[in-house]
Amino acid sequence: MRYYDHLIFDYSKSGRCGYTLPKAAAPEVSTAVPEGLRRASAPALPEVSEVDVVRHYTNLSQMNFGVDTGFYPLGSCTMKYNPKINEEVAALPAFAAIHPLQPVETVQGVQAVYAGMEQMLSAITGMAYFTFNPCAGAHGELTGLMIMRAWHRSRGDMGRTKVIVPDSAHGTNPASAAVCGLDVVVVKSNADGLVDVEDLKPLLGPDLAGIMMTNPNTLGLFERDIKQIAALVHEAGGLLYYDGANMNPLIGKVRPGDMGFDIMHLNLHKSFSTPHGGGGPGSGPVGVAAFLKDCLPYPHTEGQQDNETTGSSAGCTQRVDLLTCGPFDPQKTAGRVSAHMGNFGVILRAYAWLLTIGRQHVREVGPIATLNANYIKELLRDAYKLPIPSVCKHEFVFDGLINDGAREGKEGATTLDVAKRLLDFGFHAPTIYFPLLFHQALMIEPTETESKETLDAFIDVMHRIAAEAAEDPDILHAAPHACPISRPDDTTAAKHPVINWADLQAE
Amino acid sequence: MHPYIPHTPDDIRKMLDTVGMKSLDDLYADVPQEYIYKGDYDLPDAMSEDEIRRFFADLAARNVKMTCFAGQGWYDHCSPSVIPYLTQRSEFLTAYTPYQPEISQGTLRYIFEFQSMVCALTGLEVSNASMYDGPTAAAEAVRMAVASTRKKDVVLIASTLLPQVKEVVRTYASYSGTVIEEIAASDGQTSLDALTAALASGRVAGVLVPNVNAYGIIEDHTGFAEAVHAAGALLIEYCDPSTLAVLKSPAEWGADVAVGDGQSLGIPLCYGGPSLGFMACKKDYLRKLPGRIVGATTDRDGKRCFVLTLQAREQHIRRDKATSNICSNQSLMALWVTIYLSLLGPKGLAEVNERSSASAHYLCDQLVATGRFTPVSSKPFLKEFALDYQGDARALHKALADKGILAGVVTGDHRITFAVTEKRTREEIDCLINYVKEAAL
Repeated sequence: MRYYDHLIFDYSKSGRCGYTLPKAAAPEVSTAVPEGLRRASAPALPEVSEVDVVRHYTNLSQMNFGVDTGFYPLGSCTMKYNPKINEEVAALPAFAAIHPLQPVETVQGVQAVYAGMEQMLSAITGMAYFTFNPCAGAHGELTGLMIMRAWHRSRGDMGRTKVIVPDSAHGTNPASAAVCGLDVVVVKSNADGLVDVEDLKPLLGPDLAGIMMTNPNTLGLFERDIKQIAALVHEAGGLLYYDGANMNPLIGKVRPGDMGFDIMHLNLHKSFSTPHGGGGPGSGPVGVAAFLKDCLPYPHTEGQQDNETTGSSAGCTQRVDLLTCGPFDPQKTAGRVSAHMGNFGVILRAYAWLLTIGRQHVREVGPIATLNANYIKELLRDAYKLPIPSVCKHEFVFDGLINDGAREGKEGATTLDVAKRLLDFGFHAPTIYFPLLFHQALMIEPTETESKETLDAFIDVMHRIAAEAAEDPDILHAAPHACPISRPDDTTAAKHPVINWADLQAE
Repeated sequence: MHPYIPHTPDDIRKMLDTVGMKSLDDLYADVPQEYIYKGDYDLPDAMSEDEIRRFFADLAARNVKMTCFAGQGWYDHCSPSVIPYLTQRSEFLTAYTPYQPEISQGTLRYIFEFQSMVCALTGLEVSNASMYDGPTAAAEAVRMAVASTRKKDVVLIASTLLPQVKEVVRTYASYSGTVIEEIAASDGQTSLDALTAALASGRVAGVLVPNVNAYGIIEDHTGFAEAVHAAGALLIEYCDPSTLAVLKSPAEWGADVAVGDGQSLGIPLCYGGPSLGFMACKKDYLRKLPGRIVGATTDRDGKRCFVLTLQAREQHIRRDKATSNICSNQSLMALWVTIYLSLLGPKGLAEVNERSSASAHYLCDQLVATGRFTPVSSKPFLKEFALDYQGDARALHKALADKGILAGVVTGDHRITFAVTEKRTREEIDCLINYVKEAAL
């Protein structure tokens, strides 16, 4: 990676352009915008040539690390390989050029994608219905909680305003609950890193809307007491929400619907292989048990797939009856959560992945991801503190170095230092300082798409870094040494925000 | 074996030995047996690439590609080929959120450029890194208004906003106890008198109005900011960003916050997603702004660099006290829009508006000249306009759909709202007009 210090504005020169337009279809109407509605001066956008644009963004891309560059052991993020055929499918003009308000008879191919995905995701998770309208994981959480509240509301049960969230939960869980107008109550983890059932019991009552759980949790541990937890929550009149951020180890092995969860979201950009795009677009479909169907947000695809003509199974039908956006009950629906039906382009990619995996390989996904995580854990526990040694699922957490090299007059190497040093060796850093239960948390998730050779190379580097720390932690303190930039000054960035080109010029 | 799962049987055996287990099933020994799924997964047989191609070609054949005269927040503008070429670069496409700035300067720089361009278009001082879409950005702006004012629980929204914007705003508000009231329109535009009357309650935290509304009318917001600010509320403009090349900016109207959907900046229709929402505000509200923000700083060697900043507002730090639950942005679509705006520049974007507007006025005039349509309003418009049809609007729309023309959006029993962009040729527009003349409906 090479440091490149330009912004597109640097190339701007009055009179340059990078576009062509079709010839005018009609004579210009100079009076279309009356003077009082016109802006005073043109916006300060750059004026650049096409060549400028191509070179600039190519240079920018070369300062970026992606899954195609190397291994991304980022805990809770499931950075698996993003297949290329998926991109080809998503770019098909017959999908990409469809207006969202086209008559439903003219978009049966689109509607069949929603119906097929609903069937396949239901098969994998044990839920009954899915909405694809949420655009991301956190958006899915919010939508799921809206469904939860809509259900209580539809039954006239207005006092349920409390939601229980474990202390190990992703930060989006309590934030989504707050946006949904719910009061968050935290349930503690026990010494084994699991939800403490005794701590949970006194929190249950007539004000309980439900509980949000991640299983396996953010420590990579399967919540063994889920049966008892589900029974207790249901008995108290609450619903169980499943945060699907950690679904990958369960694919092909365990279905959240079977564990008593009523509502869940999936991250298509995690377990279902769609690219993260530097932070989006993602897709956060929400699945519900059958009794919650009327509470789904609208619009939602309705209609029966006709399997008989082809004898094929879910998702693979070639003929369907007319699929429409079904009617909804305004008294029961959670409402409208996005412009149309979510990020259709992302849903197409996940569909292609599911068809590539198919019934033959679905049982390999979770177990191989889990094997990869346990393999790294076993081979690195001699150098990194392992607070919870039991078998993990797709991810696990170290609590910093066993020997951080601290000595008289020298600070030891921290988790941040380890993360930054990893960058020098061509690996992305793990998730750090999360979950909050451990001060030096390093959370590692390899996914099933990484080979034994890749894991071995990572393990070697992690050992080498541990040895460096023991010898001279300053090597780590000064890392990274081989990236386009060294560590940025975050404090100044926050104290004196310079957040656009105009600010930068005023500097 | 599978191309995405590289493990050979021998690899699996060796790795199981390392972790001290006999089979992959042992990895799930801690899961109660009753939860291990033993049934058949009802999934299709795994497909090869060519089977996938054929499968999706068959599905695609069940969509009808139409000549698009529909809008309502989603516009068929021209899009340069450079954009998908660059956004598909895998260093952009397959990157995670830029948590490690040392190896994410590409993403951080284009987000900084995106923020700069949103500020340029809106005239406001601060922009975030983008949101999911326009309607959710509007809902977040409403939350922001309530959070920025004290003990006020009402937000006024224009009745002329797009239906999907109103519905998402109402949905979000219904869970947080915010009361949404609509401001009446007169002659198709939000009424200042109605606004002033609604502000008198003293309970209003924010006012959401469109720069170009659902009828395509360019709204005149003269006097709005003064009235809204006198009532201690925030003025939020919902904008079509493409039109900001020529129309008065939110800052010029005196708005505190601007939101909208980036789709009109060359993003493919793609059945409504992905696009992006944008959100900009005055500096005073910087710390109330939801979403990611990228800022400039220097590294240890004094080199200019970019980082995610002001994260103390966000969910991973503040949890339930965060400004929003939003965790990410629509980063790749922000790159799309940034490249689009770079290629078009101020002149190109103005031309897009002029061409679209010329074609829209031509179509409008020709349809009115048939004697079967009357304009809904006499107010000025750019690329979109609503007409009342003397007959059954749905029947006419259906007849044209059968000819492969998406003749606007039916917005009432006798009403159709048309949009025309620079992408429509004279032949396509005349074809629509001729079919309308022929249709005896």
